Amino acid sequence: MTTTVEQPSQTPEAQPQSNKPTPPGLRQRVSSFLVSHIRQSGMVVALAAIVLLFQVWTGGILLKPLNVTNIIQQNGYILVLAIGMVIVIISGHIDLSVGSIAGFIGAMSGVLMVRNDMPWLLGVAVCVGIGALIGAWQGFWIAYVGIPSFIVTLGGMLVFRGATQYLLEGQSIAPMPHGLEQVSSGFLPELGANAVYHWPTVILGAVVTVAAVVVQVRRRRSQIRYGQEVSSTAVFVAKCVAIIASLAAFTLLLASYRGVPIVGIILVVLTIVYAFVMRNTVLGRQVYAVGGNSAAARLSGIRNQRVTLLVFVNMGILAAVAGLLFAARLNSATPQAGVNFELEAIAAAFIGGASSSGGVGTVFGAIVGGLVLGVLNNGMSILGIGSDVQQVIKGLVLLAAVGFDVYNRRKGGR
Amino acid sequence: MTSTLLEMRGITKRFPGVTALSDVDLTVKAGAIHAICGENGAGKSTLMKILSGVYPHGDYDGEIRFDDQVCEFKGIRSSERAGIAIIHQELALVPYLSIAENVFLGNELSRRGVIGWDKTLIEAQALLDRVGLRESPQTRVADIGVGKQQLVEIAKALSKKVRLLILDEPTAALNDSDSRHLLDLIVDLRKQGITSIIISHKLNEVMQVADTITILRDGHTIETMTVNDELSEDRIVRGMVGRDLTHRFPPRPQRDIGEVAFAVSNWTVLHPIDQHRKVVDDVSLQVRAGEIVGIAGLMGAGRTELALSVFGRSYGKYVSGKVFKGEKEISTRTVSDAIRNGIAYATEDRKHLGLNLMDSIAESITLPSLRKISKRWVVNQHEESGVAERFRASMRIKASSVSAVTGKLSGGNQQKVVLSKWLFTDPDVLILDEPTRGIDVGAKYEIYTIINELAARGKAVLVISSELPELIGICDRIYALSQGQLTGEVAQADATQETLMRYMMKGRA
Repeated sequence: MTTTVEQPSQTPEAQPQSNKPTPPGLRQRVSSFLVSHIRQSGMVVALAAIVLLFQVWTGGILLKPLNVTNIIQQNGYILVLAIGMVIVIISGHIDLSVGSIAGFIGAMSGVLMVRNDMPWLLGVAVCVGIGALIGAWQGFWIAYVGIPSFIVTLGGMLVFRGATQYLLEGQSIAPMPHGLEQVSSGFLPELGANAVYHWPTVILGAVVTVAAVVVQVRRRRSQIRYGQEVSSTAVFVAKCVAIIASLAAFTLLLASYRGVPIVGIILVVLTIVYAFVMRNTVLGRQVYAVGGNSAAARLSGIRNQRVTLLVFVNMGILAAVAGLLFAARLNSATPQAGVNFELEAIAAAFIGGASSSGGVGTVFGAIVGGLVLGVLNNGMSILGIGSDVQQVIKGLVLLAAVGFDVYNRRKGGR
Repeated sequence: MTSTLLEMRGITKRFPGVTALSDVDLTVKAGAIHAICGENGAGKSTLMKILSGVYPHGDYDGEIRFDDQVCEFKGIRSSERAGIAIIHQELALVPYLSIAENVFLGNELSRRGVIGWDKTLIEAQALLDRVGLRESPQTRVADIGVGKQQLVEIAKALSKKVRLLILDEPTAALNDSDSRHLLDLIVDLRKQGITSIIISHKLNEVMQVADTITILRDGHTIETMTVNDELSEDRIVRGMVGRDLTHRFPPRPQRDIGEVAFAVSNWTVLHPIDQHRKVVDDVSLQVRAGEIVGIAGLMGAGRTELALSVFGRSYGKYVSGKVFKGEKEISTRTVSDAIRNGIAYATEDRKHLGLNLMDSIAESITLPSLRKISKRWVVNQHEESGVAERFRASMRIKASSVSAVTGKLSGGNQQKVVLSKWLFTDPDVLILDEPTRGIDVGAKYEIYTIINELAARGKAVLVISSELPELIGICDRIYALSQGQLTGEVAQADATQETLMRYMMKGRA
């Protein structure tokens, strides 16, 4: 359906600043706000609901500081994969090999750092480099030869699983170097004596909160400067208060246990960086363009093949990071590491609003999707629900989330 | 013996916003070869889709009588049962099935769901003999040429006991000898009692085989003529184009036409799959600064293919040719080369090739020139909105805001977004492919005005269009293209639809 929204009639000579359209009625504004934000906010609301439900069902265990820390540490590697995966999906592809690549990199790290005593930081760099190479290898076949990504990465899934087993000769390597192990299970170091709250965490939280508010204020200011519509001051203040409140609550929650886990910091940094890249950079735009309509993108001068290659190189790098995090968390490199990770990452991206036809999705959405899965896992485990039932429920949640999205989009007339 | 086989009366078909056919009559005699001629968009294909049930009964007004029975076809299958088969421009064969499987596709010779292969092969062979195709029925369709595939389609129609065969541009994709064979076959089938309707742009072929010609123009039946010695091609062309041209085009301001700004020389391109076919054949053309030059041509003449291949070799296999800006040869090897060298191409297919319909207006406009509004790869989104707002005002794009999604805009507004997108690349040469396709009359006028303004600013503008009045109305000079070759060049003062149509129909040299 094509509908044209009529602009209120105006003289075309009028300056953009002075031609503010007459404001639509409140109800209209509220409904248009809901429609445009429902896909973003829908999953956040769902996540909040799930958290609340399990908080009640588990009798308050879910949001205990220890458990929150656990959720972050248990899901860190999946969330890292989900960031890469949503970008792959936005570009119109899929990657089934990330679990095997993560396993392979874990094995590689064991071989390099434990068997061959490579300094662990150097080992990390080498592993990430290998991840990039693997991504480039797969991206080459997909972008330049034109083999469907499903096939290439299905092959990669087998190849790198086999390579993992070959490297490890069917056995685990343990323990990992202390430094690496700390990345996954460590916390921001203590400052001074034991206090009720973990002070570095409180300070970090305060800094992040202030930064978030400053970013909001600056964005609003420049929107006003460029003559764009902005929400009313009351709404803006409410939004800022909500941001401050939730960040402060989260900070105090973590600070009352052992502080911010290192994984949490890595995750937040990766999320912010990738969300920025996808939203605000030329490259991010090109990924959306290629996934949304590759023919139109090509005729707009975008080098589709190069963009696709970069997307897979990036996926390889993030798969390597995830593999390292997982090996660090287990404190060993095992042949079965990473099995089914790709499915969790793909599910996270789709629950977070990505579209299987490409061109749609956000990094933030994928993180929320990953957290939905993570909280479900954790909550059901606390309740002692068997892994059989857990899988059924997770499958149905995926179906429901994407079904809801499809339904919404059809109603939206797209 | 000349009884009436088919009578269509008062056929009217409306699409949202357009009336494709209004009150069209068509009478076809039994045992005749009846040609339907008309410009692109005259309504020929729509009429045939109604006849074959693609648009089912109830979708249109009017009456169809076939063999003295009133017919209310619900779909292709019900028209086929009555004995009407249509062969579309794009063949509907499954490439990886054999000829025999294709011939009986949807109509398998089976007993209780089990296919009788012996019978299938024998009957397929008999049908192939009838259409004069010397291939084994077990050959894969993908392994035979387009001409032979066309014959397979006809064999398929014959297998359904067809009495009226409709061929939509049957020879458009064929070479000369395949065309001749096909036309002979149609004449031959008439002897076997099969009536045919052919839609064709190739008047010489029409004159050769048809008994009767009906001309459609703008969705109306204009006239029906009997083919005899007195009928000339010119007479048919006149029937196809005659229409008045008042106030559909903005006045043309006096412009300074400068030096040659853009030239293509000896451009030759092969078909991407059939590499024996030259889709663009040794084309050379020039556009001066401030000049609007048109390219006229019928469907399949190679206009879009020429433009696409010049713009970053986006079509077919490049053989030879050079592109110049002024005196200087430039590279258009990739799309980014072309854009960097100041060339812009606005596609005829807005929805598939022009826009990402999920993007906002602002994102669409800046896509090819993101670097312009970026610092160190970071897009300045405020500057982006500013740019988009500027274009929204100057192009009068009607939308609630520049963050509105392009998929929800009307055709005219989408086209303005596409034009804005290319103007923001700051081109010197604009190639506009069917700039007013699918746009209502008012929006067309606006687009013409924009094109005039571009020329007035010294841009070289190349307009490809199927609508001859449009070319004559806005261009300073018009090239005609036929079967990949330039067949004529007409100055605006001398351009009439008749002369252009004659050039457009000129056969291969």
